[in-house]
Amino acid sequence: MGVSLEVEGTRFEIEDFLAAEREKDLLRFSTAGSVDDGKSTLIGRLLYDTQSVYEDQVRSIEGKGTTAPGQIDFALLTDGLRAEREQGITIDVAYRYFSTARRKFIIADTPGHEQYTRNMATGASTADAAVVLIDASKGVLIQSRRHAYIASLLRVRQVVVAVNKMDLIDFDEHRFRAIERDFSSVLDAIAADTGTPVERVFVPVSALGGDNVVHRSDAMPWYRGPSLLELLESLPAAHDKLSEHFRFPVQRVLRPDQSFRGFAGQIASGSIRVGDDVTVLPSGRGAKIERIVTWDGDLEEAVAPLSVTLVLDRELDISRGDLIAEAQAPATVARSVRAALVWMDQRPLDVTRRYLLKHTSQTAPAFLSSIDYRTDLTTLAHEPADTLHMNDIGAATINLLRPMALDLYSRNRGTGAFILIDPESNATVAAGMVTAAYASAATREGDETGAWGPVTAGEREARWGHRGAALELTGPQALIDSIERALFAVGAVTTRIDAANDTFLLHPEFLDLAARVQTESGLLALVVHANQSAMLTARVEGLELSLDAENPMRAVAAVHELLRRVGIFISTEKAGL
Amino acid sequence: MPVAEAETPVRSSSEFLNSQGRLSHLRLLEAESIHILREVASEFERPVMLYSIGKDSSVMLRLAQKAFYPAPIPFPLLHIDTGFKFAEMLQFRDNTAREVGAELLVWRNEPAIAAGTNPIVLDTKRCCGLLKTQALLDALRHYNFDAAFGGARRDEEKSRAKERIYSFRDSAGQWDPKNQRPELWNLYNGRIHPGESIRVFPLSSWTEMDVWQYIHEEKIPVVDLYFAKARPMYVRGEALLPIEQDFVAWPGEKPQMVECRLRSLGCSPCTGAIRSDADSIPAIIAELISFRSSERANRVIDHDQEGSMEIKKREGYF
Repeated sequence: MGVSLEVEGTRFEIEDFLAAEREKDLLRFSTAGSVDDGKSTLIGRLLYDTQSVYEDQVRSIEGKGTTAPGQIDFALLTDGLRAEREQGITIDVAYRYFSTARRKFIIADTPGHEQYTRNMATGASTADAAVVLIDASKGVLIQSRRHAYIASLLRVRQVVVAVNKMDLIDFDEHRFRAIERDFSSVLDAIAADTGTPVERVFVPVSALGGDNVVHRSDAMPWYRGPSLLELLESLPAAHDKLSEHFRFPVQRVLRPDQSFRGFAGQIASGSIRVGDDVTVLPSGRGAKIERIVTWDGDLEEAVAPLSVTLVLDRELDISRGDLIAEAQAPATVARSVRAALVWMDQRPLDVTRRYLLKHTSQTAPAFLSSIDYRTDLTTLAHEPADTLHMNDIGAATINLLRPMALDLYSRNRGTGAFILIDPESNATVAAGMVTAAYASAATREGDETGAWGPVTAGEREARWGHRGAALELTGPQALIDSIERALFAVGAVTTRIDAANDTFLLHPEFLDLAARVQTESGLLALVVHANQSAMLTARVEGLELSLDAENPMRAVAAVHELLRRVGIFISTEKAGL
Repeated sequence: MPVAEAETPVRSSSEFLNSQGRLSHLRLLEAESIHILREVASEFERPVMLYSIGKDSSVMLRLAQKAFYPAPIPFPLLHIDTGFKFAEMLQFRDNTAREVGAELLVWRNEPAIAAGTNPIVLDTKRCCGLLKTQALLDALRHYNFDAAFGGARRDEEKSRAKERIYSFRDSAGQWDPKNQRPELWNLYNGRIHPGESIRVFPLSSWTEMDVWQYIHEEKIPVVDLYFAKARPMYVRGEALLPIEQDFVAWPGEKPQMVECRLRSLGCSPCTGAIRSDADSIPAIIAELISFRSSERANRVIDHDQEGSMEIKKREGYF
């Protein structure tokens, strides 16, 4: 179109510029640091020196903050919230964007103090690289170790160690080298513990003066390596999802009319071509890819992480939460997993409670059958633990109340990760990474009391797929039979208590007792009041439903929905319920 | 007639790859946003897409078309009309909804509009509070929406940099920045109690430059006000104020014809134009590169007080 512009002193035709933009890839990195180690200043400097900050934003903070008059306090560029500016700290993960001629960058900027572990894990979960800060005047502190540990645990393979405040130690090479030695041995120990190799590179910087941040510094002639930004520009995008096996979690079934049935999702890893053989999990049925549909036209091949819609060559019962996987290398269908956990909630882990486990596009109830250990991040020792507190990292064995198709996190970041949700508060309480998967529910390994002790409610629920409850049904006998038949058909363990029994008529309190005994044993007890009414009433845990008995199909479905609403049944359909 | 017969030529996804065999950043952003749109549509009972007519909304709408193709967009669009929107915007809105085939809901805080709420008599903060925030909360409650998509981006403003993709709001629609749910990988926690809701930002990771480049590559229609042409404007210092609705001119003040355009679309009394000759998208992109000020700089409302966006968000604004 003949529009030209000038960038950094060079004239471009706009079409050339856009063509160059198409060549740029994207690198996400996380940063974390201790209080006062200059992280905000470093990021502010990175943004300012790459001209990623607008003049009005610079004007709005000029002359404010803690620097001398006429200077810019770079930290103010990144402190977003009022409380943060007032207290001079960072509260929450913030995302920043900048771009150079070679790459676009997204920074997940995480604070080093409050809720540090949870924020660092959040930042690291999507990062290709981690920039770990060390204050040169203080040496290696626990926060730097913690950040490196979390980065390694979450499989961020590239660690850039920025040794900051070199100006405070007179740009002394010997002290820099000592820090490099110290922290390298820490990183080796971390890699041995997490099983993920950590590729590391050290760079001496002074964020305040801009030394080695964007431009190489004259103050440290002994350092001949690249600046921090040059390093970030040259790092390989750490996760080559294309070399992993094909994985496609189904997000939604698209069925605009009778002639089209497609499965919408984002390719988690690998690539797929028309004609490829796939296996649908957990059912294990096979099919071939018939079409790869997108709004821009059909594709003959698609690669991770594109969002596409797959059409298969035959009718299979597939719904949200299923996984379409490469037939030659399908995922594991697991009933229990061992996993590394990062606990992120004020309320500590409770092995007697039920949690919801969200993995790809499915959610299922889960019990933590045992806590294997808690990791001491100072010594990297594994300590026995009976709970995990906020910011603790440990490992646990988890029973899944419905089978899930998954991979080990070490092989696949997308299909090996999950979060735990507290079903009462709805808080996200933990991040999990699968380290082992088993086809059967776990018993407490090596734990005598677990293997031989009483069967717990959790174990019953794991086996039967529902918890205990009393469902009171008043209405025509035949309809009540249909309801029980339908529940039985989906695997519910039902029992029947006839309320018209003489014993219960004489002693109504026995009826409650009988229902309670069965409920506590995890059974779904149907308390039946048969009559000739045209209405059916279903009552469970304080919720009541009146239904037209003339429409048995609807009544059966409504009772299912009622049980699902009170949380008796396990469902992956609606997270909002 | 069956939808989506394979009548379009089959394409190789190598068209999506750059010369190093990698997906470009726009394809990566697109794939991430489509994933978010599909998650929300599948997990919530009653989602809605806030449609503000601007460039970000236009991109979000295109992404929604792509996400559910060949099925229609499975949620309505909602426009909060303050009564101060440019006439061109409203026309564009109606045409777009018709072309896309989406259900369009329009909500106005009629009592406040009837009472003559305007930013000149009230201050801009209270005006926004009534015509935007209150109207939005009323609309969400009226229709019982449990999830609402917004086109906000994290690069727009400092407090937005801390926003989640799924932003939890209590039953009063309020944002608590110090108590946000951690968000790991692409696993979003959409569980809510009755009355609570989630604001969803599928464009969180996009920058202003990404949005314009995507509009260019995808040939997405945008409102003509974004393109420079000679328009009658009141000139007050550096500010160019458009003549729309009941603009109150100063005594003796006369409009002048100025070659200008709008960089972001808001309400006419609070959205200034910029002098510009950028009359095409490539020209806008070229201008953006040479710009040294952020796009919200022309919005009077964000500058009322330090951290004013954060205060509005806490109260329920997007």
